[in-house]
Amino acid sequence: MVARGLAGTNIYDIVRVGRQRLLGEVVEIRTDNYSIQVYEETEGIGPGQPVYPTGEPLSVELGPGLIGSIFDGIQRPLDVINSQLGPYIARGAEYPPLSRTKLWHFLPRLKAGDKVVGGDILGVVKESALVEHKVMVPPGVEGTIKTIVEREATIENTIAEVETTVGIAGIKMLQKWPVRRPRGVTRKVQPKEPLVTGQRVIDTLFPMVKGGTSCVPGPFGSGKTVVQHQLAKWSNADIVLFVGCGERGNEMADVLLSFPELKDPRTGRPLMERTVLVANTSNMPVAAREASIFTGITIAEYYRDMGYSVALMADSTSRWAEAMREISGRLEEMPGEEGFPTYLGSRLASFYERAGAVICLGTELQEGNLSVIGSVSPPGGDLSEPVTQATLRVAKVFWSLDDRLASQRHFPAINWLTSYSLYQNIVDGFAREKIAPGWGENRKETLRILQKEAELEELVRLIGIEALSPEDKLLMEVAKIIREDFLHQNAYHEVDTYTSLENQYYMLNAILRFYSEAQEALQKGIDLSKIIEIPAKDDISRLRFVPEGDREAFRQVEQGIQQQIGALREGSKVDL
Amino acid sequence: MTSKEYLTVKDIFGPLMLVEQVEEVTYGELAEVKLSDGQTRRGRVLEIAGDRALVQVFEGTLGIGRDNVRVKFLGKGLEIGVSPDILGRVFDGAGRTIDEGPRIIPEKRLNVNGNPINPYARDYPREFIQTGISSIDGLNTLVRGQKLPIFSCSGLPHARLASQIARQAKVPGSEEAFAVVFAAMGITFEEANYFITDFNRTGALERSVIFINLAEDPPIERLAVPKMALTTAEYLAYELDMHVLVILTDMTNYSEALREVSAARKEVPGRRGYPGYLYTDLATIYERAGRIKGKKGSITQIPILTMPEDDKTHPVPDLTGYITEGQIILSRTLHLQGVYPPVDILPCLSRLKDKGIGKDRTREDHADISNQLYAAYARGKAAKELALILGEGSLTPLDRLFMDFSERLDKEFIQQGEEEDRGIEETLNLGWKLLGRLPRRELKRIRPEYLEKYHKETKE
Ligand SMILES: Nc1ncnc2c1ncn2[C@@H]1O[C@H](COP(=O)(O)OP(=O)(O)O)[C@@H](O)[C@H]1O
Ligand SMILES: [Mg+2]
Repeated sequence: MVARGLAGTNIYDIVRVGRQRLLGEVVEIRTDNYSIQVYEETEGIGPGQPVYPTGEPLSVELGPGLIGSIFDGIQRPLDVINSQLGPYIARGAEYPPLSRTKLWHFLPRLKAGDKVVGGDILGVVKESALVEHKVMVPPGVEGTIKTIVEREATIENTIAEVETTVGIAGIKMLQKWPVRRPRGVTRKVQPKEPLVTGQRVIDTLFPMVKGGTSCVPGPFGSGKTVVQHQLAKWSNADIVLFVGCGERGNEMADVLLSFPELKDPRTGRPLMERTVLVANTSNMPVAAREASIFTGITIAEYYRDMGYSVALMADSTSRWAEAMREISGRLEEMPGEEGFPTYLGSRLASFYERAGAVICLGTELQEGNLSVIGSVSPPGGDLSEPVTQATLRVAKVFWSLDDRLASQRHFPAINWLTSYSLYQNIVDGFAREKIAPGWGENRKETLRILQKEAELEELVRLIGIEALSPEDKLLMEVAKIIREDFLHQNAYHEVDTYTSLENQYYMLNAILRFYSEAQEALQKGIDLSKIIEIPAKDDISRLRFVPEGDREAFRQVEQGIQQQIGALREGSKVDL
Repeated sequence: MTSKEYLTVKDIFGPLMLVEQVEEVTYGELAEVKLSDGQTRRGRVLEIAGDRALVQVFEGTLGIGRDNVRVKFLGKGLEIGVSPDILGRVFDGAGRTIDEGPRIIPEKRLNVNGNPINPYARDYPREFIQTGISSIDGLNTLVRGQKLPIFSCSGLPHARLASQIARQAKVPGSEEAFAVVFAAMGITFEEANYFITDFNRTGALERSVIFINLAEDPPIERLAVPKMALTTAEYLAYELDMHVLVILTDMTNYSEALREVSAARKEVPGRRGYPGYLYTDLATIYERAGRIKGKKGSITQIPILTMPEDDKTHPVPDLTGYITEGQIILSRTLHLQGVYPPVDILPCLSRLKDKGIGKDRTREDHADISNQLYAAYARGKAAKELALILGEGSLTPLDRLFMDFSERLDKEFIQQGEEEDRGIEETLNLGWKLLGRLPRRELKRIRPEYLEKYHKETKE
């Protein structure tokens, strides 16, 4: 849509279009022709209708009240829209994202006379039972606090005054920030801690770190959304931002209905108390879908600036890329690969670049981090397509979901031969200290066994299993145990859904213990068939159901393995 | 609203017309296209730039020239008239009745586009629908408010399967009103007739609303059919409190019509010439399924599509699978082996089954046994492949058991009669019977307590 006579309006400014005042963004200016991308369905809009400039770029509101909310791609509050307008999103709906009337108890941390710069924490507000909202001096403001009081305040009340070189700045809890511009930091630092997800194949084999980036490509039905939901539920971030970008409405309903019920394993509080949702589902307007990723990451950065560990899940970045493609197509830009705009790669990169471990703004130089996990939905599951390829260039972890595994219902269907994590060393270092010295060795041994299994499978297809040596057959048995009893993890089982790093280590240790004992027994001439018949082998498969904190169960299984294989050895001595 | 008639058609290309010097025309507006021979067709405004409107003609542009046509813009979008009397009636792709029934006096007229459902307003679908078909109920359970398509191939019995579902679908223990909305897009007369005859035979017709656009009908008219069908379904579900099953067939024909319009507009084509917005367009159809908090009725969708060249990575099945809540895939191989319904279970999925099954819904062991049947079947199929290369002698005795299991599953569990309506207990017990031939320690997907309770090892 093209409008004229908008002098004074900048590119990416927001305008209101037509009698229904639909929200739009100026995406191109050519002399007096302003191309407007409307965020809503345009039926009923036509030439001659008015366009109202707002003079502001697309921005989000930041302040207490974000936690537990659900917004659309342009931060309209979907719960408010539902209660005001009913179950359908009518066009032109205009409601502020954050409540203007709700009172928050502001508790100062600084006092009059203190010197402050942007990013300094003036005080706190209890936003939810889990989240202490830190009220920060807006970036760019610098000076001396003149007044600051403990009080009940709305987000628009002034809670402090700062004397700056250009006069007195009244500070409110409400801030605005243009979504397309990253929020500033003092500097980026190396990530150093794992983002623990409780998913065994992830934490043990292809780990993620706080402040890292990862991607989850896979065809439909391979488990992208379940991986994202599992991470949103169980990862040890302080704040979770879930962006449902161009995907299913029912998946958002699922989060909305289950998160208030599910308990954070670390605090025992409902997960919703640390979660913000951005939902621009596939049937909602495409332009707002394009904005949803920016809206989400800006809110995420805001909590990072408070010194929190924030994790953002974007499901799916392919739908975001497709929204860019549609918009670019309408502007008749020169298309790049498969019709995507030529700036696809740089946009994706700049999105993932907003992740990171950082030293926040402010005098305290506190640390915060923002992790980004994006799913990718390649057409036909073909990873050579542009969005996957552009993503792989920037994301440091690749969880490759595999159709074949999914169809066998081996979940999470993360292919252990093709996936990778560039954070293995960081996590090894951390786990060596905090979990067990053997962490890294166990991981390497496990991956070795799985790779060898793949080679042997090729061989079996050519010459049959009987042609393998007992050692190789044993390795295939162990690989099967690793796959079925360790890597496979049922997201819908109340215990299996989450495993702590400690338990992951003990489980794997028991399996590898079985392997080494069995290898020794084989060398002593004991029949493989006898070894794999020992009852303790079946006990391994039950370790996934061991509740957190029960060390004894693991010890018993290892002991069982040792005794039973030991008994075979004794028995064979007697035979001799 | 203007009642002005324009004689200013400038270009005609494909199903589109460019009309010049128009005033106060808006996006999406409906147009009446009058030919000098008295014919009237309908169109929709796709684009306006200055005083030029691009109009898509539903019935196609055949016979239209620059000087035999007048265009009038109607000041509103495409609408459909609804009232309780539409039940039992048959409409064409333009929404006109084509049966012998009396004239329908609409209670109201509804814009067919519909606004997006607010995700916050959705209630998560979790009520088990028993279709009486084991491969669906046991392994890929359907729930009220789900969108579960059938991916088929030309020549396979998807129509029979969909009819069987429509005939047998019930929520055990519930007596609520339900209805069927059937939308045919570009299918053959025989196939459409099969459904109507079957609905008639079983008495389902009187609680059905049928929209028919056949292969020989104007392709562009297809584009409005699912929207009319779903608007009708929404009326029945949310205003008359009915549980509505919507069958849309064939979504591949629908997508081809969309491609035709896109090509005429000279848009940058995406994969196989389909427009880049095919995903979004299909989503606006499929996402109209669901449950809404506070509403009694529901909309369950079973779209049917044929996969060109039996290829599920073709854009239409691929994008559909990315939007719908699972898929039932039919296989030519099973069909040739005489298995009905020829459901190829491995690539099938019901994403909503997890919350729709289990204790108090179907049975406590349902999730576990379903996972186990899958894992064992996959293992059996792999063994079979190996046996094809190296001979059965190359298999271990255990692998032979699994291979045998997968063959039995095809013949005893998936295979069933077209009139056979299996209860969920029967389906689950059948699964346990088949698992009886496998040693218990191999059944790792099932909780020990259920193994104890349900698993009886049987030897040949
Ligand atoms: N970890 C898991 N445990 C159990 N089931 C899973 C798991 N991951 C995926 N699934 C199954 O696979 C289905 C599809 O997963 P989903 O994440 O929705 O796929 P995608 O987003 O890739 O299309 C889910 O509905 C569920 O039945
Ligand atoms: Mg998904």
